[in-house]
Amino acid sequence: MDQRERLQEQVREAFQQSRPLQIQGAGTKRFYGRKTADAEPLLLREHQGIVDYEPSELFVTLRAGTSLQTLQEQLAEAGQMLPFEPPFFGAEATIGGTLACGFSGPRRPYAGSARDYVLGVHMLNGLGESLRFGGQVMKNVAGYDVSRLLVGSLGTLGILLEVTLKVLPRPERELTLVHDTDMATAIVRMNQWAGQPLPLSASAWDGAHLYLRLSGTEKAVAAAQSKIGGAVLDENDGILFWKNLREHRHVFFQGSAALWRLAVAPATPPLALPGQTLIEWGGGQRWLRGQRDASALQTLAAEHGGHATLFRGGDHAKEVFQPLPPALFALHQRLKNAFDPHGILNPGRLYAAL
Amino acid sequence: MAGSPDSEHAAFLSALRALLPDDGLLTQSEDLHPYECDGLSVLRELPLAVVLPRHRAEVQAVLKICQQYAVAVVPRGAGTGLSGGARPCAGAIVLSLARLKQIRALDTSNRTARVQPGVRNLAISEAARPMGLYYAPDPSSQIACTIGGNVAENSGGVHCLKYGLTVHNVLALEVLDASGERLEIGSQAPDSPGYDLLALMMGSEGLLGIVTECTLRLLPVPENTLVLLAAFASVVAAADAVSAIIAAGIIPAGLEMMDQLAIEAAEDFVHAGYPRDAAAILLCELDGTEAELQERLRAVEKLLQRQGATSIRIAADAETRLLLWKGRKAAFPAVGRLAPDYYCMDGTIPRKRLAEVLEQIAIWSAEYGLRVANVFHAGDGNLHPLILYDANVEEQLHAAEALGQRILELCVAVGGSITGEHGVGVEKLDSMCAQFTPAELAQLHRIKAAFDPEGRLNPGKAVPSLHRCAELGAMHVHHGQLPFPELERF
Ligand SMILES: Cc1cc2nc3c(=O)[nH]c(=O)nc-3n(C[C@H](O)[C@H](O)[C@H](O)COP(=O)(O)OP(=O)(O)OC[C@H]3O[C@@H](n4cnc5c(N)ncnc54)[C@H](O)[C@@H]3O)c2cc1C
Ligand SMILES: Cc1cc2nc3c(=O)[nH]c(=O)nc-3n(C[C@H](O)[C@H](O)[C@H](O)COP(=O)(O)OP(=O)(O)OC[C@H]3O[C@@H](n4cnc5c(N)ncnc54)[C@H](O)[C@@H]3O)c2cc1C
Repeated sequence: MDQRERLQEQVREAFQQSRPLQIQGAGTKRFYGRKTADAEPLLLREHQGIVDYEPSELFVTLRAGTSLQTLQEQLAEAGQMLPFEPPFFGAEATIGGTLACGFSGPRRPYAGSARDYVLGVHMLNGLGESLRFGGQVMKNVAGYDVSRLLVGSLGTLGILLEVTLKVLPRPERELTLVHDTDMATAIVRMNQWAGQPLPLSASAWDGAHLYLRLSGTEKAVAAAQSKIGGAVLDENDGILFWKNLREHRHVFFQGSAALWRLAVAPATPPLALPGQTLIEWGGGQRWLRGQRDASALQTLAAEHGGHATLFRGGDHAKEVFQPLPPALFALHQRLKNAFDPHGILNPGRLYAAL
Repeated sequence: MAGSPDSEHAAFLSALRALLPDDGLLTQSEDLHPYECDGLSVLRELPLAVVLPRHRAEVQAVLKICQQYAVAVVPRGAGTGLSGGARPCAGAIVLSLARLKQIRALDTSNRTARVQPGVRNLAISEAARPMGLYYAPDPSSQIACTIGGNVAENSGGVHCLKYGLTVHNVLALEVLDASGERLEIGSQAPDSPGYDLLALMMGSEGLLGIVTECTLRLLPVPENTLVLLAAFASVVAAADAVSAIIAAGIIPAGLEMMDQLAIEAAEDFVHAGYPRDAAAILLCELDGTEAELQERLRAVEKLLQRQGATSIRIAADAETRLLLWKGRKAAFPAVGRLAPDYYCMDGTIPRKRLAEVLEQIAIWSAEYGLRVANVFHAGDGNLHPLILYDANVEEQLHAAEALGQRILELCVAVGGSITGEHGVGVEKLDSMCAQFTPAELAQLHRIKAAFDPEGRLNPGKAVPSLHRCAELGAMHVHHGQLPFPELERF
């Protein structure tokens, strides 16, 4: 259903009265980003529907409230997929919420991230103006790349009304291989193999085993298998393993202890940190549990080219994302102001002062 | 600043002179002429001066001096841009990044290259090759263009269909803002906290900041590669074949199309063995392991035959493969030999609209009396019509520009864009008015102001003023017949 007019009307009014809005997709992802004071909800969930889907043109255009589930089913019917393999985190998850959070799944280091597959957006800025950037074509350099800027902005720059995504054919075959290794060896192997022309599509180390997924033609997968070796997971077990990992249903993620995400240069050797670590994305994404000293973690991550986030649990009233250097943060504030001069869009969700 | 314009001008230049070595500051008109345009040579302007710093600290100092004297800055790489992005502006300096050309680090284990902005695109792949790695985006100008220019234009190449554009292959940038403040954007990790400024910098045409270092993602060199050359009796058949390949779930490493005029020109120029009698050819590159390749090759061959290919040639050895690509990569200069001048367009369209767009271009080509050769990144819908003209024949330049503008408006009308990879520069400012509404343009201007409040980085480029679009809109009333064609519109 097209709810554009209602949404635009509500944002315009909020802008005129400088009244903050809380943008909601399915409305359950409150744990991600900073906890903010309750504000008037702007409901996207009813703004649903696939507007245009052309399998041979490799794109799909859909309203932001469309559920990921619906989208995925449509794509599967045509033998295609979202290459960034986003986590659903619940059956209701919307494409708007997924992009606003910038979530990608296991295929990310090999196929690209959510923002890599965004071709265009139809959005509302904080003035309630309806704007289109990008389009339905693969290449477009007219104007600044606002579409990709919005990915991961947690709704603080604009409301996604409609998005166009690039889609790709599903691989003919997938196969998961398992090696028993320690962390250091796992990291070395993930990176060595990523430096060779192998059809890798996912990798993870769960404390004892290195899991590698191969995707491609029958022949390419077979050739890579003979090179990499290891135990073969039964097809269904393989599918389930990556799905559980993606959805944070793997046993590592269970329980209510705080969940930290470290993003680092992939070949970074094991970090001297107490407790268990779960590694994904060829070494680039590392998960930790429990109470931690945020600034110590962030310093460590920065030393290895990255950053740390309090992903879930813990104290979300404080900052949860790594603080930015002053000049960069000032630029963020000016940019926020350029899109949302009255500061009504999800204020404080990304950073307290944004 | 106090003082007369002249004394201020002199003070500005002497501040630069004190900073830079003798050959790092050009002010004499004979030294400035090589910088008066980029690859779009019809647009020329002499800058106030050209500065050629050697490292970041010098760039930073130059920017501080420019801020102090309120002088605008036009960044420049190799000057191969095709939209006037690096064309000087009156009263501005040209800031050449060409001397910042060190490859700072190649990191084998993380598969990255850290390079200065003046490094040539091809030099990166050459340096990475001994490690079995390469940098994927390969614009046809890759022997000359710089990585800084690639970032500023979000350049593509013939392998973008599978391996992405510049935006997909850059991990981090070191950027100086207009005041010389250093910003680190992106990271070595898969993502960064805060807004995705890395995406915003890509294709920002030097308006948001000066790129002084780039960290790039390197990919493993594929095990095997082969190229198919298929000839077709019509462009429609060739276009349908492209859709059929992609609909079959195959994403080739490259998928390019050329029409008859482009084929003939390329053949005369590099003797690649293209079939001169074909109405269109497709070049299709496949890569992968040997076994995979054979399987894919058979599938693609079958599809091409079913789509009515009149001949298919397969180049499996490196030499023939490179020769087939050479014809394509040299298409612009080759077509350039057919007429004294050519005007290269860069629209994108949904692939399924190709036939009707080419038909319309052919009709207009006859109407304007100007030949058009078409070269097409077919896989991703990026069309390069090359309009042939002679600037010495009265009105031909204006006719070529008018035809170009109509082609771009057609691209927008069928759901595409006025530029896929060459950028807006000064060339496509008017076409931007067709693609964006005033509210959208105002939003783009506010983004610019967030980065560069004084508007001193590459002013007057990439995003037209609302005023300009309003005037153009008023002129459009006359069925696209611009009044006062003799007035400069750039
Ligand atoms: C690690 C993890 C574990 C989870 N575990 C559980 C669980 O155990 N149980 C459970 O019930 N749920 C859980 N969830 C919640 C789960 O997130 C929801 O089911 C679902 O993902 C919400 O999706 P949404 O698209 O509606 O996002 P929302 O929560 O509605 O939105 C997410 C963010 O995007 C913004 N946004 C949304 N739409 C737009 C738009 N169109 N334009 C701009 N900004 C927008 C929002 O303002 C918000 O900042 C979990 C989520 C995560 C990430
Ligand atoms: C024969 C030919 C073939 C071409 N083929 C292709 C192709 O296949 N694909 C494609 O995409 N393009 C192609 N181009 C266009 C051109 O080569 C690209 O746009 C290229 O990226 C420009 O690089 P440059 O170093 O020459 O930049 P320049 O032309 O010097 O500058 C381009 C823009 O970048 C800005 N800039 C340059 N350096 C910096 C910096 N360090 N920081 C900030 N801004 C900067 C300039 O201000 C300007 O706006 C072709 C051009 C020619 C002449």
